[in-house]
Amino acid sequence: MSKPITVLVSIDSNSLLLGARHFKNYLSTLTENYNLNSIVEILETGSFGDYGRGVLFLVLPDNVMYSVKSEADIEMLVMEHLLKGRRVEELIVTDFDSAARVEATETTKEERIVLRNAGSIDPRNLEEYIALDGYQGLAKALRLTPEDVIEELKKSNLRGRGGAGFPTGLKWEFTQRVESDEKYVICNADEGEPGTFKDRLIMEGDPHSVIEGMIIAGYAVGASKGYIYIRGEYFESVASLRGAISKAYEYGLLGQSILGTNFSFDLSVRLGAGAYVCGEETALIESIEGKSGRPRLKPPYPPVSGLYGKPTVVNNVETFACIPPIIDKGASWFKSIGTASSPGTKVYSLCGDLVKRGIVEVPMGTSVRDLVQKYGGGVPNGRTLKMIQTGGAAGSFIKPEEMDAQLDFDSFKKYGASLGSGVILAIDDTHCAVDIARNLMEFFAHESCGKCAPCREGTHVIVHILDELSKGRGTSEMLNQLYDISETMEESSFCGLGQSVPVPLRSILDRFKDEFLAHVNSPQCPVGACKFEKSTKKKR
Amino acid sequence: MPKIKSLEELMKIKENAMKGLKMRDSGKRGKVIVAMGTCGIAAGAKDTLRAIVDSLEEKGIDDVAVVQSGCFGLCDVEPTIEVHLEGSEPIIYGHVSPTQAKRVVEQHIVGGKVVGDLIVKRGEL
Repeated sequence: MSKPITVLVSIDSNSLLLGARHFKNYLSTLTENYNLNSIVEILETGSFGDYGRGVLFLVLPDNVMYSVKSEADIEMLVMEHLLKGRRVEELIVTDFDSAARVEATETTKEERIVLRNAGSIDPRNLEEYIALDGYQGLAKALRLTPEDVIEELKKSNLRGRGGAGFPTGLKWEFTQRVESDEKYVICNADEGEPGTFKDRLIMEGDPHSVIEGMIIAGYAVGASKGYIYIRGEYFESVASLRGAISKAYEYGLLGQSILGTNFSFDLSVRLGAGAYVCGEETALIESIEGKSGRPRLKPPYPPVSGLYGKPTVVNNVETFACIPPIIDKGASWFKSIGTASSPGTKVYSLCGDLVKRGIVEVPMGTSVRDLVQKYGGGVPNGRTLKMIQTGGAAGSFIKPEEMDAQLDFDSFKKYGASLGSGVILAIDDTHCAVDIARNLMEFFAHESCGKCAPCREGTHVIVHILDELSKGRGTSEMLNQLYDISETMEESSFCGLGQSVPVPLRSILDRFKDEFLAHVNSPQCPVGACKFEKSTKKKR
Repeated sequence: MPKIKSLEELMKIKENAMKGLKMRDSGKRGKVIVAMGTCGIAAGAKDTLRAIVDSLEEKGIDDVAVVQSGCFGLCDVEPTIEVHLEGSEPIIYGHVSPTQAKRVVEQHIVGGKVVGDLIVKRGEL
C-alpha cells in the first residue's frame, strides 16, 4: 500500500560522507516516534546531481527540497513539515534546478536521457525502473534480429561516451561479424579520469539502465557473458550494481531464456584495483583475465580479439545507459537531440572553482560558457575565471575568451576544446599555470604503467622540468624541451595514456606562455602559488 | 518473484509500479489537500488522510495527488480538506471524518458532484 507522503533521500558517495545514512535513520526513528510511519515513506534514491549543500531530502508530492546538515534540521523537518505541513523555509534549497523533477527555469533546463531516472526512482527497486519504461528497449530488441538492432544503433549515430567517440553501432557490427564460439560484453566502469564522477552517479542512481544496455549488446553481438569492470573504490556503485544484477536474475531478465526467448545472458561484476591505465580497454581486459593491467598491442582490437582472445565489445557506462531509450524510442528520436555529428546528450561533471558543482546532462553542442556560467553558476568568492580544462586530465585547457566553444566529439578539431569524459574543471585566478601543469603531470607520472619508455621516462622528465620551473630554477630552454618531449610521447607511446599527455601540456603551454616565462625571468611566481627557492635563499 | 516470461508480463509489472510512482508525484487531474495543523491532527486529520489515500487506491485513482498542508484557519470545523480538481473551483469541506472522506472521494472525485452538506467554503481561501 502506498503512503501519501514520500521523502526521497539522495544517497551517493558524497552524501554518505556527510552522514546521509545516519540522517535517514534518524528520520525514520522520528517518524516512528510521532506515529507518522503509516503516512510517510522514506526512500533512498541516487544523487540529485548537486553537491556542497549537505544531504538533500526531497519531500513529495509537495516537491520541496531540503538541505540537511544536522540532526536538528531533521527534527525541524519532521516537526514542521511532516507533522504540521509547514515548509521550513530556512532549509529549503531554493535555486535547486538541476534535478529533472523540480521545475527547471528556462535557462538551466536539462535534457535527460542517461539520467532519466536518477534521483526519481529507488535504484534498488526494479519495478520502479520498469514503471518508467525500463526493459522496454530490451523487449523490443528481442523481437528484432541482432542485425536490425545494430542497424538501428548505426542509424542513431551514437558515439562512445568514454572519450574517444567511436561509433558504437560500428563497434558492435565488427564484433557481431566475427565467428566465434564465445563472445563477451564488457562495461568499462573504471572511471579513473580525475574530476569525472558521472559514471558513479549513473550506477548509483540507475543501475538497471546500464544492465539493460549490456543485455541488448549481448543479444546484438551474440555474446552470452558480460562483465562490469568497476573501480574498487566505488563501494556504493558496486553494491548498487550487485543488488541490481541479483534482482534482474530474480525477475528473469538475466540468466536462461530471457523474456521467454532462447537468448541467455549472464552478468557479473569485476573490481579494479585503482590503476588509471586499466581504463584503457586492452589493459582492462588483461586485468579481468587476472593479469596485471598492461595495455596490449593494437591491432587486433577487442571486437576481433578481446577477453580470452574472443571477440569483445567494450563500452563506457554512459554509452550503455543510452542504448535502451534508443532502441525503445528509435534512432530518429535520438538524432533530434544534440548535433549532427554527435547526437544525443552528454553528462558533464562540473568541478573546480564553481558555485554549483555537480553533474548535468545537456544536449551535445552545449557551449563551455553555458556549462560554466548557467549550470555551474560561475566562479565563487568574486574571483575571476582563469582557465577551464575540458574533458578530464587528458583534456585540453582553454582560456575564458574561448568559452563559446561548443562541446561535441569534433570540438577539439574546431576549437581545441576536447569533450573527453565530460569534465569541466574551472580554475580561478588564485592558481598558477605552472603549478597546475606540475600537479597534473605528477598524476600521469604516477599512473604511467612503465611498459614503454616514452611514457615512463617522458612523464618523469616533464615533472622534473616543471618542478624546477615552479622553484624558480627554470630556463627558457626548458620550455622548448617540454614541447620536444610532448612530440616524442605523442608519436611513440604505446597506448592512449602516453599519447594523450601532450594534449593538456601543450594547450596550457600555448595559452599561458607568458606565465611560464615569468617563472624563468621574474623573481617570483606572478600569482604567488609557487615558492621560489632561489629568491628565499637570497633573502637569508 | 516469478520470472518474467513475456512482454505482457513486463507490461503488467509496469502498470502496477506506475501507480505507485504517480502517487508520489503531484497528480495531473487535481489534488486533495488535508489540513494537518495541530488542530487538524487533534481532530483526527491523520485518520482522514489515511482514509482518503486508501479509498483513492481502492478506486484505482492515480491522477489525484494527496497533499498535506498547515491549518487552513478553520479550526472549528476540523478536520478540513480541500478538493481542487482541474477546471473547477476548489471546495473546502469541514468535519471530514474517515467515513465522510470516503463519501468525498466517491461523490466528488469519482462522481464529479460536490458533497453539499460538508461544504465550508467554495473558491480560494
